[in-house]
Amino acid sequence: MIGIVDYGMGNIKAFSNIYKNLKFPHKVVRGAGDFDDVTKVILPGVGAFDYAMEKLEKSGMKEFLEALVQVNSLPVLGICVGMQVLANTSDEGSLAGLGWIDATVNKFDAVKLGKSYPLPHMGWNSVRQLRDNPLFRNIEVNSRFYFLHSYYFNPLNKSDALGVAKYGGEFTCAVNFENIFGVQFHPEKSHQAGIQLLRNFGEL
Amino acid sequence: MGLAKRIIPCLDVDNGRVVKGVQFVDIRDAGDPVEVAKRYDEQGADEITFLDITASSDDRETMVHVVEEVAGQVFIPLTVGGGIRSVEDIRRMLNAGADKVGINTAAVFNPEFVREAANRFGSQCIVVAIDAKCVSDASQGSGENKRWEIFTHGGRKSTGIDAIEWAKKMVDYGAGEILLTSMDRDGTKIGFDLELTRAVSDAVSVPVIASGGVGELKHLAEGVTEGRADAVLAASIFHFGEHSIEEAKRAMAAAGVEVRL
Repeated sequence: MIGIVDYGMGNIKAFSNIYKNLKFPHKVVRGAGDFDDVTKVILPGVGAFDYAMEKLEKSGMKEFLEALVQVNSLPVLGICVGMQVLANTSDEGSLAGLGWIDATVNKFDAVKLGKSYPLPHMGWNSVRQLRDNPLFRNIEVNSRFYFLHSYYFNPLNKSDALGVAKYGGEFTCAVNFENIFGVQFHPEKSHQAGIQLLRNFGEL
Repeated sequence: MGLAKRIIPCLDVDNGRVVKGVQFVDIRDAGDPVEVAKRYDEQGADEITFLDITASSDDRETMVHVVEEVAGQVFIPLTVGGGIRSVEDIRRMLNAGADKVGINTAAVFNPEFVREAANRFGSQCIVVAIDAKCVSDASQGSGENKRWEIFTHGGRKSTGIDAIEWAKKMVDYGAGEILLTSMDRDGTKIGFDLELTRAVSDAVSVPVIASGGVGELKHLAEGVTEGRADAVLAASIFHFGEHSIEEAKRAMAAAGVEVRL
């Protein structure tokens, strides 16, 4: 059973709709008591870093997720801000992240990027896959995914990076460390490639 | 490869039905927003924008259901504009499955609304729509003096506000994207107002969507290459089956614009 975490941070419905179409068992989880039969976790996210961390804490889900992911090694996929909270810290906020992947979250440098690269980084960018990984199974190299963000994930161990995209310079847009996965783009809004990625996660 | 320039078909919806005559020969019900959105999705649209032109606010609930249904079947970004006047309106649309909302008239009457909306939901989902009209003729002076003002109520009411200053202000207030429509070009099919598009694109730090005037495929690429827009929006060129989105993308690619094919 795929548990889609609803902590008020994103388009939960898009995930439910996709998994419904794919006929994968799934449910929306809103509190610690909802995780009983959950074997995989999707952590969506739209909005601000601190707000996301506060919501996870207040709902009581943070500690529970920590046990599931860190102790029981349940696969988890963080998306957009849901990926960013996997890091230790973020330029966007003052609260500590989950720290499940050794990483910081940094703001794109608007001055360095200049007029040719407006922020947020918005739209369809191609993702260069750095290594073979089940998350990208049957997804063509350089497939385009939909991005919408002004901060990017910066893993301290470069070997955790799964994919990069180019906006000014290259930045990490997909990571994997053991059972923990994260993507900066929105697979739930990325048409066929995105649906395939969510299918892959469901089949892990 | 880098970020692709976007093509966004726009659908006017009145009381739950697509208006302004969408014509696909092989579509069962061209008035059904779900069917039309699915068709554009299949053709490779990068996003879809719905403009709710329902006159009565009692019927706005209909739009919420339209968004819910479309979001259940179309997995690309959806923007909804028209009649967005309160934080509650935005919340309802986002909950229904919209990814962004367009704010137009309400921003003019109360700019603080944009700030409030961006603080609450994040700039990424706040699109400020600007309807601009040229109010000076460049032929009467140097081209540098050309001015555009923003208009409300579908281009009928002048506000006296300078369009470029307004765009900058809206970005300061938290707009994550500007949807820029030339009222002079809207419906003319002679192409975007490229000077206006370029002036706004150069003035703001967020993505700009060019709108108003597309009549031929080459106009789309011009919006990007000459207008420096990040995305182009069009309605009738796609609705009447003259051109598919895929054709439009190939034309843009041929003009040297990076697109998602």
